Amino acid sequence: MAAADFDIPELKDDIEVPKLREGVMAHVKTFPAPKAVQDFMGYPHELVEDWKERAIEKMGDLLGKYRSLKVFLDACVHCGACTDKCHYYLGTSDPKNMPVARQDLMRQVYRRYFTPAGKLFPKLVGAKDLTKDILDEWYSYYHQCSECRRCSVFCPYGIDTAEITMAGREILNHVGIGQKYSNEILGKVQKIGNNLGLPGPALEDTLAGLEEDIEADTGVPVKLPMDVKGAEVLLITPSADFFSEPHVESLIGYAKVFHAAGISWTLSSYASEAGNFGLFNGNYETMRNVAMRIRDAALELGAKRIVVGECGHAWRVAYSFWNTLTGIGYGGDDPFSIELQKQLDPSYPQPQHICELTNDLIKQGKIQVDPSVNDEFVVTYHDSCNVARASRMGTEPGGQFEIPRELIKAVVNNYHDMADGTIREATFCCGGGGGLLTDDLMEVRVKGALPRATALNNVVKEHQVNFLALICAICKAQFTKVLPKYGFDMSMVGGVHQLVGRAVKLD
Amino acid sequence: MIYAGLFYIATVLLVVGLIYKIFDYSRTPAPLLIPTTPAPTTKPGVVYRMAKEVVVFESLFKSNKWIWVFGWLFHFGLFLVLARHLRYFTQPVWFWVDIVQPFGKYASIMMVIGLAGLLARRFLVDRVRYISTPSDYLILVLLLAIGASGMVMTFVAHTDIISLKEFFMGLMYFDIQPLPQDPPLLVHLALVATLMVIFPISKLLHAPGVFFSPTRNQVDNPREHRHVAAWAARLERNN
Ligand code: SF4
Ligand code: SF4
Repeated sequence: MAAADFDIPELKDDIEVPKLREGVMAHVKTFPAPKAVQDFMGYPHELVEDWKERAIEKMGDLLGKYRSLKVFLDACVHCGACTDKCHYYLGTSDPKNMPVARQDLMRQVYRRYFTPAGKLFPKLVGAKDLTKDILDEWYSYYHQCSECRRCSVFCPYGIDTAEITMAGREILNHVGIGQKYSNEILGKVQKIGNNLGLPGPALEDTLAGLEEDIEADTGVPVKLPMDVKGAEVLLITPSADFFSEPHVESLIGYAKVFHAAGISWTLSSYASEAGNFGLFNGNYETMRNVAMRIRDAALELGAKRIVVGECGHAWRVAYSFWNTLTGIGYGGDDPFSIELQKQLDPSYPQPQHICELTNDLIKQGKIQVDPSVNDEFVVTYHDSCNVARASRMGTEPGGQFEIPRELIKAVVNNYHDMADGTIREATFCCGGGGGLLTDDLMEVRVKGALPRATALNNVVKEHQVNFLALICAICKAQFTKVLPKYGFDMSMVGGVHQLVGRAVKLD
Repeated sequence: MIYAGLFYIATVLLVVGLIYKIFDYSRTPAPLLIPTTPAPTTKPGVVYRMAKEVVVFESLFKSNKWIWVFGWLFHFGLFLVLARHLRYFTQPVWFWVDIVQPFGKYASIMMVIGLAGLLARRFLVDRVRYISTPSDYLILVLLLAIGASGMVMTFVAHTDIISLKEFFMGLMYFDIQPLPQDPPLLVHLALVATLMVIFPISKLLHAPGVFFSPTRNQVDNPREHRHVAAWAARLERNN
């Protein structure tokens, strides 16, 4: 079924704050998950009869488990500071895509059932009974949020709408309306080991093919090893790196870096996925189950270091949550984490981002690069939201901005940043994160990309930028699909390690 | 007598309500580390970040200069005005209260300008109008009325502040004294009591809430320290 037609927004010189147009995106409904998918996830597959009671009960459960949810639902003063910060509002002008309005979809129900003011004077404080209409709005608008956290940067109380969206999706799953795209992927990764559902032999074939390509290209036998016990590094990368363009170019880049530095490394067929969609639908246990495969693979293969490839939300989960979920990290004193933590090499951060690793190798002179091979490119860099606002690289706050830029500038000679206010902590989402990277949400994805496309267009006009460097599998897939709608050539989209791979000297 | 009772009830509701809310926030776990990065990597760093949020409204400054100006004028004005009011509750009056005393008078003007600006935005900016509930307007009106009635007493019709102080000191030592019966004062005090009552059940909870916001109060150190909530640790035992 093709998604409905819609107008592509026009690129202007500046990112403009539109006038409200109520309800213009209410028709967008991502495809619901079918029975088999919901069964596997342990959720009902159609709206259960007592959905209202179950939804309220689940909300109460989450309020008891997550301080973020409780504080965020209470603390908002409706100041409006966040109202023009969401790329989906800027791109669609639907007021329910303003972060505070998205929160209010849940807050109105929270107030009605969980606060004295909402129980006594619902009208006064905007409290409402949970109805099927409200549930439908949740389904529409909680799938028009990429959980990018841009709003949380600008809110005086740090209210992160992503936390509300996650809770909303979790409740929707519990009453029987899950999203097909995310839940299908969560099934595949738990059954097969990666989001694409690629079985081990298919991966081996792909890797062998890539080894041949690299050797034909460079004359050097660069290897892409899999399931090698005793390798120093276990590389966990998004499965898109194995077959999607331009992702695979970055995989080649990582392999060349390991080869040039003489570091033994391996991929794992059991844990062949860095992505973790458990983050997107807000279920702690699902996220933990998905992450647990990586712990198991690390223990099984005896790896001393765990390195993560180019993937934004994966890096958030790895950096911020792996230690909590699986003990990959340091500082644990319980038997569960000690088992793994004593195996890991304490001279490296665990987990480590591939950009941290490569940048260190270049700075220490352990690998040599020739930036002039990239002279045909004028490069700009898009900070992926989860890297920018939910993680770090290196030892200093903000290393997540500096290290990728430092690395790019080491391997290219022409680099220009996009405008302030659209990069670093204020970066605009690609429009396809948070479980929205599916064709049934194309309208949301295209319109949500408007602010980023506008900023990109300006550096293209001003500096003839012709390469958009990324460290996120979702950004790569989203931009190759969506930027052409704004008149850009999709070949301008690529990974940071695609540039690195070209520049690194192999002998 | 009515006002004495009113203030006892309002104070009890305010204190009990706030203590309950603070207790409730602190007992609710934060199972995952979710600071909005770049975030401080040490505890003192977090204290500094929080201080910037609370004193100069750093995030708000980044997002919207109009809301920041009006919001900050209102809050800072309110802070000075409240400090000034301490002289009704202390004997002898603390020396720093004497120092802020003259500023406190004019701070009420800052406060009222800030509030008026915030109220105007609710009407004038379509996005803010869309998200405003009746209570959002009413709280602003309430605060404006408190400010205005206070200013009437400061600048126009003075009230008998000697007996007013006796009234409040009496309340504090459970020795009820008569309250001057000036209309502006009676209005002012009734509104203040109302504000105290709604504080713990309204969006005014942003005041304690900001200190409990995980995106602002967490240290960014997940690779170095293992952070596990009690309910989540139980999952490990089932493995
Ligand atoms: S998290 Fe991102 S997508 Fe979601 S409301 Fe905030 S700014 Fe919009
Ligand atoms: S910035 Fe924060 S407090 Fe202000 S309206 Fe948005 S969520 Fe609410």
